[in-house]
Amino acid sequence: MHPLAWWVWALGLGVAATRTTNPAVLGLLVASVVLVVMARRADTPWARAFPAYLVLGACIVVVRVVFYVVVGIKTPGTVLIDLPRVALPGWAVGVELLGPVTLTGLLVAVYGGLRLAALVICFGAANALANPRRALRSLPASLHQIGTAVVIAVSVTPQLVSSVADVRRAQRLRGQDARGVGALVACAVPVLQDALDRSLDLAASMDSRGYARAVPGSSGRQVGGLLLLALLAAALGTYGLLDGTSPPWMGVPVLLVGGVAAVLGSVLAGRQVTRTRYRPDPWGGPENLVAACGVSAALLLVVATATDPAALDPSLSPLSWPSLPPVALVSVLLAAAPAVIGLRRSPR
Amino acid sequence: MIRFEHVSVTYPGAIDPTLRDVSVVVPEGEMCLVVGPTGAGKSTLLRASCGLVPHFTGGHLEGRVLVDGRDTRTHQPRDLADVVGVVAQDPSSGFVTDTVEEELAYGMEQLGLPPAVMRKRVEEVMDLLRLASLRGRPLADLSGGEQQRVAIGAVMTSHPRVLVLDEPTSALDPAAAEDVLAALTRLVHDLGMTVLLSEHRLERVVQYTDRIISLSPGGTATQGAPESVLRASVVAPPIVELGRLAGWEPLPLSVRDARRQAAPLRALLQPGPRGGLTGSVSAREAGAPVLVARDVHVRHGQVHAVRGVDLRLRAGEVTAVMGRNGAGKSSLLWALQGAGPRSRGSVLVHAPGARPTARGQEPAQLSPANTRRLIALVPQNPTDLLYLDTVAHELEASDRQSGARTGTTADLLTHLAPGITPDAHPRDLSEGQRLALVLAIQLSADPRVLLLDEPTRGLDYATKQRLAAALAEHAGAGGATLLSSHDVEFVAECADRVVVLADGEVVADGAAREILVASPTFAPQVAKILHPLGLLTLTEVRHTLGAPA
Repeated sequence: MHPLAWWVWALGLGVAATRTTNPAVLGLLVASVVLVVMARRADTPWARAFPAYLVLGACIVVVRVVFYVVVGIKTPGTVLIDLPRVALPGWAVGVELLGPVTLTGLLVAVYGGLRLAALVICFGAANALANPRRALRSLPASLHQIGTAVVIAVSVTPQLVSSVADVRRAQRLRGQDARGVGALVACAVPVLQDALDRSLDLAASMDSRGYARAVPGSSGRQVGGLLLLALLAAALGTYGLLDGTSPPWMGVPVLLVGGVAAVLGSVLAGRQVTRTRYRPDPWGGPENLVAACGVSAALLLVVATATDPAALDPSLSPLSWPSLPPVALVSVLLAAAPAVIGLRRSPR
Repeated sequence: MIRFEHVSVTYPGAIDPTLRDVSVVVPEGEMCLVVGPTGAGKSTLLRASCGLVPHFTGGHLEGRVLVDGRDTRTHQPRDLADVVGVVAQDPSSGFVTDTVEEELAYGMEQLGLPPAVMRKRVEEVMDLLRLASLRGRPLADLSGGEQQRVAIGAVMTSHPRVLVLDEPTSALDPAAAEDVLAALTRLVHDLGMTVLLSEHRLERVVQYTDRIISLSPGGTATQGAPESVLRASVVAPPIVELGRLAGWEPLPLSVRDARRQAAPLRALLQPGPRGGLTGSVSAREAGAPVLVARDVHVRHGQVHAVRGVDLRLRAGEVTAVMGRNGAGKSSLLWALQGAGPRSRGSVLVHAPGARPTARGQEPAQLSPANTRRLIALVPQNPTDLLYLDTVAHELEASDRQSGARTGTTADLLTHLAPGITPDAHPRDLSEGQRLALVLAIQLSADPRVLLLDEPTRGLDYATKQRLAAALAEHAGAGGATLLSSHDVEFVAECADRVVVLADGEVVADGAAREILVASPTFAPQVAKILHPLGLLTLTEVRHTLGAPA
């Protein structure tokens, strides 16, 4: 499967998740993501990292709720626990700690947390299903070098985890019971030194194998100039767009100029890198299907919220049980579809 | 092909240059070996020949290095990528991609070769290095020898004219090392490639080389034909030492050549009326069992690494575990120590002073601090145990942790490796010094059983001898030692008993002499040359010659 197909699918689900706060829809979305990951993932280190994203999602919900209870604005409603308010000194006017916890406020926090968690889990799913290295190989040539740097940064994390386990195991041999700040330092120092040594080795290997070899006679000056121009135009244009009093030419036109300069610079930079691709991933029918599933799931919810904004947000005043609109159900089914469709008949 | 002209390299912060006025030439189509004690600058010389020194490492390079006519002063390593292929000491650290096929193509992608050419060259290199069966496999799942072959293949696809390898066989078992060396000789002989490599275990490579560059501890270099350089060299494989002892002319480099000349020596060494050598290598008597392991199984997920191993370690005995890469040696050692996983079986260690009939203690059930008073392990990567910024701090921490008298570890260290400055950072020590430091730390708790995982990796002959002496001392004091090693010569030197593991099972267990002499892969050079006399090491030969019956 082409890695970008999974990214398109996951992005689609991410967009879908941002359209709603309905916990039933969000829950089903997350469930379908988990289902697809379980069905389609291979036994690879990046796929094994998926549970970590689920844990991260749960943490987000919990943190959101804790923040609401401690510093959140206490909306009126059914009071669940009446915590005493804690007055803060004069410099922190407007912030108050604790206070009565209401059902409405709590639900707002949970729904918001769930939405963010769903987004993070979609990202995790893309990472678990698409080999990050292969995904970055599909980048245009001008971004190739940054892409390689990103890939290495990404692959350091699983290495660090296994390295921590190794070092802790080794230090038990010295008779250390791993606890306290001392143990943390004892573990961190060799792990970080190892990571540094390893990345230096990798960099040396890449350098001596021709990474970042430039075409003879090319110079980075034009590219640098164009990208600087693009950056300036982007800053000016954004300012013009947001500031109502600035002349009209400072908005969209300047942004457009910036965009053109960026594309030109990127093309020129791409010409300076001669690199070719060995057996690029094919994009075929299965890829179309998987990407279409994600895009249509997102489209359905976007259209649904555009036509009837209240349809997908459960009412909080008065409180009501979240319902499951048919359009959301269809969207969720589309999201889960790649678990069974889009399989390649003959894996190469 | 490679020409060093008056090259001196000084690293930043160093007072003395690592290489001093080195002028050597590596002609095209030769296999050239760099030898020298640890820290003599072997890696620096290799890295200077591909531009990594000084472009990547920093430092000051005087003189010039020409590779195929290109000056490394003006050419970055990446601009030399189509001429020089570099394979680092640990191949896995240099892998950029995930699978064998992609790794083989990576270098060509960087050079911008057309896809059709890439496709063809990948297949060619797979045939050349016998990698076709590994095509789609993840690099992380390969064995050490396979990884090394992939790393060589990955640079071969760019069709370099020079191959530079830093200790290509140091982590490999004897059979895998043979594989890699066979592949290298094929490249030199069939394709006319130039190969520059360094290696500590000279016995493995010296017979294939055309030229040797010998580095002295001061960083100066001499070069010449293997026979002439080795005749005077401080570091020499057993075969050369035997040749020097017997006064053979010309000096043999392969077992075949040596055997042809060895008939008179064999006659001289013929056992007299007192009988042949059959006993233990050392004169030690093995005592009561100190460690008894029964039916030990280790599983890592799907992998059944150790399958039902029974083992007894006796007081005053040094036992060596040998076997292929991935045969379960490390898993067994970790399981015996108690820090690693063990899915079934029992390990009992008898505390010193306990009655021999008393039941021993399970190391896995004790606290780590108590375990190491019974049984200590020096892992394959000893650096994992070190975390303080100076040697002195490490020594203090060690005394504190093992509850020993202040200065115990320092005394042990001075005994194992004299001359280590206490202010040095542990990472700046040489491999041998670091091993000595960790060994001293582990011995400070005075353990009954000492386990060592691949202790000889990266050690030169002198350091290995000191290690062997330390092990003999531990055994002499009534301790039991178990070490895993691929280093046949080292095992012959120090082990009383050898256990051979294959696929997690014990396939042979017996006196070192019986196991080593009988095995085609594990027999040391001296034994091969003097077969069927059963002599294992040079020390034994000297001893027999010095005191004939």
